[in-house]
Amino acid sequence: MQRYSIASLARGAVGGHLQWSRAWRSPEPRRSYDVVVIGGGGHGLATAYYLAKEHGIRSVAVLEKGWIGGGNTGRNTTIVRSNYHLDPNAHFYEFSLKLWEGLSQELNFNVMYSARGVLNLVHSPADMDAALRRGNALRLNGIDAQFLTREEIARRIPNLDCSPKARFPILGGLLQPRGGTVRHDAVAWGYARAADALGVDIIERCEVTGIHVERGAVTGLRTTRGDIATRRVGIAVAGNSSRVAAMAGVRLPIESHVLQAMVSEPLKPVLDTVVTSGAVHFYISQSDKGELVMGGDLDFYNSYAQRGNLPVIESVVAACLALFPSFGRLRLMRSWGGVMDMTMDGSPIIGKLPVAGLTMTGGWCYGGFKATPASGWVHAWTIARDAVHPLNAAFTLERFAQGRTLDEKGAGPYPWAH
Amino acid sequence: MMLIPCPFCGPRSQVEFTYGGDATLRRPAGDADPSRWADYVYLRDNPCGPHDELWYHGAGCRSWFVLRRDTRTHDIIASAPVGEPLDGTRP
Repeated sequence: MQRYSIASLARGAVGGHLQWSRAWRSPEPRRSYDVVVIGGGGHGLATAYYLAKEHGIRSVAVLEKGWIGGGNTGRNTTIVRSNYHLDPNAHFYEFSLKLWEGLSQELNFNVMYSARGVLNLVHSPADMDAALRRGNALRLNGIDAQFLTREEIARRIPNLDCSPKARFPILGGLLQPRGGTVRHDAVAWGYARAADALGVDIIERCEVTGIHVERGAVTGLRTTRGDIATRRVGIAVAGNSSRVAAMAGVRLPIESHVLQAMVSEPLKPVLDTVVTSGAVHFYISQSDKGELVMGGDLDFYNSYAQRGNLPVIESVVAACLALFPSFGRLRLMRSWGGVMDMTMDGSPIIGKLPVAGLTMTGGWCYGGFKATPASGWVHAWTIARDAVHPLNAAFTLERFAQGRTLDEKGAGPYPWAH
Repeated sequence: MMLIPCPFCGPRSQVEFTYGGDATLRRPAGDADPSRWADYVYLRDNPCGPHDELWYHGAGCRSWFVLRRDTRTHDIIASAPVGEPLDGTRP
């Protein structure tokens, strides 16, 4: 791997930038591997990277049916945060945020982590109680949380409508200063490059079409580029977890739903914080290219289509204009959809499946991007040691039948309600 | 935009409806094994393709009905009142 540094950049500039080689190989799949990871998004690539880096397992393949980072890794709104109320979620996402903070150095690849803060707006006395309770829980768990008054928010975010006559009056907000955004594509590329350098084979345009199971244990995979023998398979295909797990005869507590996001035309810096509102379910940030990146609710019906319908776009834009009236002159440039694994409690599933040698990381609902480093880290641990780590001990598949669901919202077993 | 054929009111815009999930689930007997109850409450087939699902026409006749819809394309295949067969014909 050619290391990136100011010196290598200077040498490249002198030589006309002709010396750079490709960042990762494009190998033919071998007949067998110690571990095969299904899914070449951020989670699968991170799993492979930490298998090689932390556990010394170098005979690893990542199989991707399309191109790496072309699924939900390239479709999210790039927000990272760890402001969860329940302890298992708080510890897991905080571990993830700590990995984000050092990831550019770890991977020698600039993932553009920007700690611009994530602000959750408070619109009602009930919102206020919930925000203060969550803020206190965060601080007890050693996670940064800061309550801002309406006046403080109006000073920090001048184009936010903080007037008492606003459609959704703002009473205050809960800020996580270390939250922010990360360049999503760079996460896939950075993990791919670093994993490849440790010997991991990244195989694109290779779709898994079957999982061979003998006497309750995985023995290999059937793919569009031939059979591959392996005793350990990690599934990292959120959005399609049900379909891949079904190849091994496993049913999951998941429905696939479409979630849309959209961007405005690019403009000069106007918004230097991630702003979210739970009451209208809306989130917005400004990308480094200048586009306002926005999202809201699911479309609320099962879908694998990677595209949604117009009513949700209308409601997201309406929420945006209620909060930021001055954005009304902007044009919407693009919208797109991604397929979410919506679990029955709104929390992920990271652990072993009831087939020996088969594990998964998935069920990310809306929140998979921020979890990418920790998801790969604990998934690699579970694959390498055939056991759960304390950080994913609460995220097992068995928790549903055991009544130990992690229902952050308290919405009950309705996957589209989380 | 989906045009959903309510079996009672005819085709209407999707904004009039609320989604109710998988229509193929069958409630176990009250004294059934707890594992069957866990399967019923939590597990779903989640098919990629035709999916029989419940919808509620909240801004119309306020009836529940069953819709067969393709989850890959959002194409609507058939609808019928709850308990009646989905014969593939549009109302």
